[in-house]
Amino acid sequence: MRYGPYVFLAAFFALAVSWFGFVLTPQVQLGRPVQETNTVMKADLYPQERPGEARQGLEIYRANGCAYCHSQQVQQKGTLVNVVLTDAGKKTMDVAKVLNDEHLGSFSGPGVAAGLPKTLLQNATMDQAVALQSLLKNAGAKTDLHLVPIGSDIERGWGKRRTVAQDFAADATVMPGSLRVGPDLANVGERLPDMNWQLMHLYAPRSVVKDSPMPSYAFLFERRKIGSQPLADALALPKEFAPAEGYEIVPKPEAKALVAYLQSLRSDTPLYEAPLTPPPAPKTNAPAK
Amino acid sequence: MNATSPTSSASDSISTAEIDASCRVPLFTLFVSGAVWLVLGSIFGLLASLKFHSPSFLSDCAWLTYGRVHAVATNAFLYGFALQAGLGVALWIIARTSQTRVAQPWMIAIGGKLWNLGLTIGLIGILMGDSTGFEYLEIPRYGFVFLFLGYVLMTFFSLLTLHNRKERALGVSQWFLLAALFWFPWVYFTADYLLLSRAPIHGVTQVVVAWWYSANLNLVWFGLVGLAIVFFFIQELMKRPLYSRHLALFTFWTIVLFASWSGVPHSAPVPAWIPALSTVGTVLTVVTALSVIVNIRATCAGGCSQTENPPPGKFIAFGTMAFVVAWIANALSGIPEVASVTNLTWFTVAQWQLNVFGFFAMALFGAIYYIVPRVTGMEWPRANFVKSHFWCAAIGIVVIAISLAIGGIVQGFDWHDLKMTNVEVAKSQLNFLRISTLGELLILIGNLLLLGNLIGLSVRYYKTHFVPVYREVTAELKPAEVKP
Repeated sequence: MRYGPYVFLAAFFALAVSWFGFVLTPQVQLGRPVQETNTVMKADLYPQERPGEARQGLEIYRANGCAYCHSQQVQQKGTLVNVVLTDAGKKTMDVAKVLNDEHLGSFSGPGVAAGLPKTLLQNATMDQAVALQSLLKNAGAKTDLHLVPIGSDIERGWGKRRTVAQDFAADATVMPGSLRVGPDLANVGERLPDMNWQLMHLYAPRSVVKDSPMPSYAFLFERRKIGSQPLADALALPKEFAPAEGYEIVPKPEAKALVAYLQSLRSDTPLYEAPLTPPPAPKTNAPAK
Repeated sequence: MNATSPTSSASDSISTAEIDASCRVPLFTLFVSGAVWLVLGSIFGLLASLKFHSPSFLSDCAWLTYGRVHAVATNAFLYGFALQAGLGVALWIIARTSQTRVAQPWMIAIGGKLWNLGLTIGLIGILMGDSTGFEYLEIPRYGFVFLFLGYVLMTFFSLLTLHNRKERALGVSQWFLLAALFWFPWVYFTADYLLLSRAPIHGVTQVVVAWWYSANLNLVWFGLVGLAIVFFFIQELMKRPLYSRHLALFTFWTIVLFASWSGVPHSAPVPAWIPALSTVGTVLTVVTALSVIVNIRATCAGGCSQTENPPPGKFIAFGTMAFVVAWIANALSGIPEVASVTNLTWFTVAQWQLNVFGFFAMALFGAIYYIVPRVTGMEWPRANFVKSHFWCAAIGIVVIAISLAIGGIVQGFDWHDLKMTNVEVAKSQLNFLRISTLGELLILIGNLLLLGNLIGLSVRYYKTHFVPVYREVTAELKPAEVKP
């Protein structure tokens, strides 16, 4: 290392290796612009491009640095399994015996078949669940294994499963964040779907969340004189935060785009690399809540 | 390295004073603009941190929203002060250790002007909402172009200066600087080309590249240049050679090989091999910190009291200690069990602040206080400002680092505590943030002292060097001198 070319070569070698590892290889592995069907148990395409307004909202999110206080990465400690009995079969006595031997309650023959589907074992490891499943299979019963991701982020309600690379595959500015001053937003579209709530929260966070330390984003809104009648868009603010008599607060297109982006943030699709069992589909045609 | 050897009387050798004088023009640009950005950066930082105290403060103005002000504060500090003044100190160390005059000082000064132009445009762009959304790389493309050109111009002539060196064998500081000068344009151009071109890469690869850039800037570049400064000044101030060149070589290799792989957090939403490799790189950087401790301790054995110039020595010593603490904290937070608490909290901010301010900026302050009097041939107008700056900066950064580190650990545990609501967790951080605002205020005062001293010295230089000449040129001719 006494001479210039050696130092140059050493630096070149070291940087080239790290460039190869963290720039080229990830791009080769993940950079393909191919959309693949990658969901578990559904034929949905995932990931999908965000709708146009949400894509504009992403630019608002980027321009105002929302990512300095909000992450978009749900973390997961592990996955547990629930064993659900779907069909007790004909040999209910045998099934009841298995369950009683495993200390999963005291059943008497035909009673096992009541109230199906029912959860027999909760938050078990995969080995325990598979062992029980095979015992019940020998007794002629049918069971489902439900996957339950766990971790404090998930228990906080921030997401159904951990965030993975797939969730961002269609985005061009990816902002997973580096600091959680406020809550994680990876699944905020599913968690807080109400557009009016989101708009009021942006205008005056404390109007909907008591004592929220989030700054107000009032510049995304317009304060205007009420015309012949209030606009349908105008925010229905509590008295404390409402503008003076005769004025109304109307969201600018930027605010609506930002909310559209927030609503598009969902990470509840089951994927092979982050599996979960979605809640059962509603029995009616009414939209899910 | 023979920087401290007395100038020989051989006819081809250049006196130290002459070398120093050749640095004057570029260093004036780089240091004064650097100090201006430093002050601006801390004003914006203070503005951002006030938002935590009063959420509705300046909320009607898009330009002054937290996300923009915070980005400007970070970038003004990193690109305006740390990189810019770092290049200035690097240039001076190169000229001194090479025992040669700076090649084309005016071209380096023009490079500095381009850099400042790019930064000004870029920061206005961020305020207008053109931030790129990648941390430490927020400056939009139209600013990048000028920054990059400016960097290339400055580096080219710095390397030319190194090329003209008297002694062919390179010294320790020279390895570190040579590698760093080549390092930055590669990582900066790669990151910009992949993330900000018209057809950027998509998906999480973006984040991996952004993390890679951030580690290469914050750990590798600042590590290399900062340690070059530390190693140079320890020899210059102590008047003795470094304890071990081989250990310094080991430090060098660990930085370029390990730190360049760090930066991807353990829980990142990317394929598992990436954080796994990154964890290995991050944890291994602990040997960098250890090798520096051993080398500096052994060099200083026998007492540090002989320092010729106390204030610069104090800054450098503080910087070295902050380096060790920051890098050990960084290596620790690479361990997955620790990261599960500290990741995504203020702890990472504390560690970053300690590295870029406690270590790098403090080393730069020491270097600037040592270099400027030699380059201009004038003493600092206010010697007591230098001492006060040291105490303001040292106490300020310690307050920030400790309050944010503890706040971050508390925050990490709070987010895991399901009994606390989101608002309760956010509010539990506020007291720590309030204390760290005090630290920021102290640092701002210190930065103003540096800027005041630099401006005072510039004015004095102007008065003694330009005003008499101007008076002489414009003085009325005496009748006797007028030729008929």
